[in-house]
Amino acid sequence: MEKIITKNIRPEGEPPDLKAYEKAGGYQALRKALGMDPKAITELVKASNLRGRGGAGFLTGQKWSFVPVGKDAPHPKYLVANADEMEPGTFKDRLLLEGDPHQLIEGMIIAARALEADVAYIFLRGEYTLAAQRVRRAIAESYARGYLSKNILGSGYSLEMYLHISAGRYMCGEETGLLNALEGKRANPRTKPPFPQISGLWGKPTIVQNVETLANLPHIIQNGAEWFKGLSPGQSGGSKLYGASGKVRQPGLWELPMGTPIREILEEYAGGMRDGVKFRGLLPGGASTDFLVEEHLDVRMDFDDVHKAGSRMGTGTMIILDDKTCPVGMVRNLEHFFAQESCGWCTPCWSGLPWAEQTLTAIEEGRGEAHDLEILAHITRWVAPGNTFCALAPGAAEPLQSALKYFREDFERHIKEKRCPWR
Amino acid sequence: MLSPEERQEIEAELAHYPHKQAVSIDAMKIVQRHRGWVSDESLRDIAEFLGMSAADLDGVATFYNLIFRKPVGRHVIMVCDSVSCWIMGCDRIREHLSSRLGIKLGETTQDGRFTLLPIVCLGACDHAPVVMVDGDLHQDLDPQRLDGILEKYE
Repeated sequence: MEKIITKNIRPEGEPPDLKAYEKAGGYQALRKALGMDPKAITELVKASNLRGRGGAGFLTGQKWSFVPVGKDAPHPKYLVANADEMEPGTFKDRLLLEGDPHQLIEGMIIAARALEADVAYIFLRGEYTLAAQRVRRAIAESYARGYLSKNILGSGYSLEMYLHISAGRYMCGEETGLLNALEGKRANPRTKPPFPQISGLWGKPTIVQNVETLANLPHIIQNGAEWFKGLSPGQSGGSKLYGASGKVRQPGLWELPMGTPIREILEEYAGGMRDGVKFRGLLPGGASTDFLVEEHLDVRMDFDDVHKAGSRMGTGTMIILDDKTCPVGMVRNLEHFFAQESCGWCTPCWSGLPWAEQTLTAIEEGRGEAHDLEILAHITRWVAPGNTFCALAPGAAEPLQSALKYFREDFERHIKEKRCPWR
Repeated sequence: MLSPEERQEIEAELAHYPHKQAVSIDAMKIVQRHRGWVSDESLRDIAEFLGMSAADLDGVATFYNLIFRKPVGRHVIMVCDSVSCWIMGCDRIREHLSSRLGIKLGETTQDGRFTLLPIVCLGACDHAPVVMVDGDLHQDLDPQRLDGILEKYE
């Protein structure tokens, strides 16, 4: 497949500046979009079936359709690019931010135009220092060229765009937590409804969209919905940035058709397992997704297919577990992360996740007891969707509940032998 | 007291938001960039400048990983301890740093040169294990490479 959202990216080089980006066809989609009725942009995005690349996979056009538009709509309205990539094992948005910042900016102006938004923020995590430099420079170039600010290219449409650099906390990636963080508060989640599309930043309509999702927009505007759907063999359409980390031969990121089978990504792109280790399982899309194992290797990496296999595609960046790595230790590491990053807002999360971490630590250190596995299973049910304010704790339950299913013998061996067999 | 530079930088951020409190995190980061950390006195000054209570602002400060409410060394080493780095041996990296510098996580060397902190996934999982020193990412690490890197931070 030809590269779409990574076509301008040279991994070790500088990103295209404005001139180079324009030379490669950049900002033509914006010109086209400015000539379209805002509602027609939303309709086109709807028809393309573009699903959110941040993890949840919600239909982008449908999400936009909840935002009030027209002359009676409340203003200001906001668009936020969620560049708070903090899902462990995920490193795809960093490539887009560092490698082609103008593509993101163009996608954002197009989205903002569809929503008739007045202000756009890029919410960037604090540790992405190189991305910050490059995005800041690209925003300045766009302002200087008249792609931002008042009356963009004489269209009568105006948009301001600012870079917000966060100070770090996983909760900021959660849509409503992010809104609180942008307002200068603790990033606790908000109760829904009202949904941000109606009442988001400072009570005004707001759309929060992942970086990779926004990067697709210029291409959809330029080439149309049918072209986009035709890029992939699966249901969802488009390309997807897939990644692999862990003990594979060539860890990395690849832009491939949405719906590429896991086996193909692992064997052809990641080069298979390193010498001396065997594949045992993987988290398909970040820390908060259920394990898949050998029997799932022919599953296509697409939202619905991975869901049917009992997990979530999430961010599409896979973390590989090998036979020389202890699954209990790995899950303990994950639950340590989630327990630490819990904002403390609701009880199942602040109480349940440290309990899970402590129990897993006990098992890993040879202090586990027979009923610990029941306790862990209980916690995964206790923090299930519906019992918590946001998706953090349900996400934390996913690798734990699936590890208990697929690696149960390993847990039992720890408890029986009173030690970690991998140490 | 906030310095004129600090005030000026905070005011520039104010233009980006409709409400003053929205710059609370930016303001603390600005002060931290000038002074290394956010002291109680700085916290009160920022809160006053933004028209909010110091208690509220401290609630924000302590929520975020990158706001330092205690003094730190001249260089801050952040060791990624998330899952991909863990699989690739971040424990070894952390133990090496601890023994070489003679400090545990959360501590600063006696000469004030280094502070050692844990950090969540730095988004460089294909080059695990990684650490960040003062905002510079260092990838594909082993103890020997790490020693060479530390020498660059005086």
